[in-house]
Amino acid sequence: MTQFLQATISGLSLAAIYALIAVGFVVIYKSTQVLSFAQPALVITGAYFVSYFAFSLGWNFWLGLGLAIFIAVALGLTVERTALRPMIGKPVFSVAILTIGLDIAIRTVINDLIGVDFRGVAAPWTGQWDWGDLLVLHSQVATVVITLILVAGVVMFFQYSRLGLAMRAAAFDQEVALAQGISVAVVFAVAWGMAGGLAAVAGMLIGTSFAGVSAGSAFVALKALPAIVVGGIDSLPGAIVGSLIVGLAEAYTATYQSGNFDFLGANFSQVTPWLVMFIVLLVRPYGLFGTKEVERV
Amino acid sequence: MRGRPGLITSYKADIALFRTGTQRFWLIVLLAVAMWLPLWISNDWLFPATIAMFAAIGAIGLNLVTGYAGQVSLGHAFFLGVGAYVGTALATPEGPGTRGLIAMGLDMVVWLPVAGLVAAVLGAIVAPVALRLRGLYLAFVTLGLVFLGEHVFRSWRELTGGTGIGRRAAELSLFGFRFDEDGEVFGIFMSDTQKLYFLGFGLLVVMALVAKNLARSRIGRAFSAIRDRDIAAEIMGIDLTRYKVIAFAISSFYAGIAGALLFTVTGFLEPNSFNLELSIFYVAMVLIGGVATISGSIMGAFFVTMLPRLIESASEYLPYDPVTGPLNTGQLEAILFGLLIIGFLILEPLGLYGIWIRIRNYWKAWPFSY
Repeated sequence: MTQFLQATISGLSLAAIYALIAVGFVVIYKSTQVLSFAQPALVITGAYFVSYFAFSLGWNFWLGLGLAIFIAVALGLTVERTALRPMIGKPVFSVAILTIGLDIAIRTVINDLIGVDFRGVAAPWTGQWDWGDLLVLHSQVATVVITLILVAGVVMFFQYSRLGLAMRAAAFDQEVALAQGISVAVVFAVAWGMAGGLAAVAGMLIGTSFAGVSAGSAFVALKALPAIVVGGIDSLPGAIVGSLIVGLAEAYTATYQSGNFDFLGANFSQVTPWLVMFIVLLVRPYGLFGTKEVERV
Repeated sequence: MRGRPGLITSYKADIALFRTGTQRFWLIVLLAVAMWLPLWISNDWLFPATIAMFAAIGAIGLNLVTGYAGQVSLGHAFFLGVGAYVGTALATPEGPGTRGLIAMGLDMVVWLPVAGLVAAVLGAIVAPVALRLRGLYLAFVTLGLVFLGEHVFRSWRELTGGTGIGRRAAELSLFGFRFDEDGEVFGIFMSDTQKLYFLGFGLLVVMALVAKNLARSRIGRAFSAIRDRDIAAEIMGIDLTRYKVIAFAISSFYAGIAGALLFTVTGFLEPNSFNLELSIFYVAMVLIGGVATISGSIMGAFFVTMLPRLIESASEYLPYDPVTGPLNTGQLEAILFGLLIIGFLILEPLGLYGIWIRIRNYWKAWPFSY
């Protein structure tokens, strides 16, 4: 039982990280019809700058986080304005490949800055609680709490703010939204900025949950992709449910595979998200909550 | 030498393999140059050129499924890996170096086609997924295939040697003739790389011609119809299941052949090589070369594979020194690679092929600019 609870806790904190990245991804997809493979680059940019300000320079952690978010937002906006604006109306796949190009270029620079060692992020939560046999890290709780706050914030923004309404309208139909006087350019910018900010926080959380920030942190971010697909790439609730499923599946596999299913190979939990994605897609081709595409000839 | 016809008067002429005499003439010139080149250029150019020959076969395969049939695949690395490991396992003779790895010691005439066929069968198994999924979701599944494949390669020690250890690449012995050893061919002394170059060159010519023929046949037309509008294609009586399976199988066959030979140049296989990055390299070859063109795939493969060597040469003339500067050659190459993908997609979606067409049309109409 303790083992199960332990796995659930680590699964939830993993899911929280995936959810932050996934929400940014879905916001971009819904508002701009761009499938962004550049999220890992934004995540690792945020992670590096938190580490740089708070760890290397020794500044206040929250100040460092704020600056890192600022940089990631700026990067998101720059990427949108320079690389993706000219691609409006081009095939979705071309744009997706373009974001892979962006990802490679940005990640190479950041990886060079990170270097070969793991970098700490100097987060204020480093302790742990021992409840009997159960071990709960402060970082796990912080991850879940921060994600809950941010996701609630995003949902509130879409439900109650004027700009959020405008973005929902633009996601529904861009041309009609334009005709109503909504600036689609602003919508695009806000989507990318929001995704950049969320990615930066996710990057920081990856740094605190794992041994620190390294070039490999981007691979953690990549596993948010199956989470999105499981939920359906154009659904916000789907992104969260998908992240939960994928995060928990990964954690349970990590806990129970060794000893029981050794023939699956070491580190099988790293590919569980993709396997879950396969199974879900075979049953539901548009994910759990995705909109079914209706095509006319 | 006849020029380009002003008017194509028959369908036969329109779909001809080579439409004009000029094309045929320059093709022969190009082939002659390619034949003569390895005896003349130095090894540090020959090496990437040889890899590019094999990579071009893989790129043609990806272009068939993604460019012609419109089925987005990010999973090419998986099929390359399958070909590479099947080929290696069948080709390597049992010996002290094999350390319990699967080793059959078969002749190249057997293992090369088998490597392609096994990959093709796996491709055909994946294809039905493409029936249920379209566009982006298909891209995700093929992406997942790379991660799962990589995991299998890492875990299956008897086949791959395992992470960090790997195994030696296939021995290239065709009826006793060794491609991977120095020796005399028709009285000319050739190094192993030169022999490999000719092997790659010969295979590429054959496989490119087959692909080009395929593209203008019934199957190729069905592919284009599916790409342009799959529902419309189905209404016209094209069997989607059949043609999507064919597309994936042929593409994977090409990938299998390419994968089996690709690593014989460096002589070593490591399970981590078959990752997402490798897939992206092939997607980039297709995009940079030109979507749905065979010559474009070859140009793209050469461009992407030779890029590191080109950068190395270019850096001698640049004020930036990768040895002392903050970014080394590999990083510079990665950044340039990313920017090239972005640049081509924004500025020239038709790729190198499109640039060539524009240059040709400019000179065709010269001195008039319209």
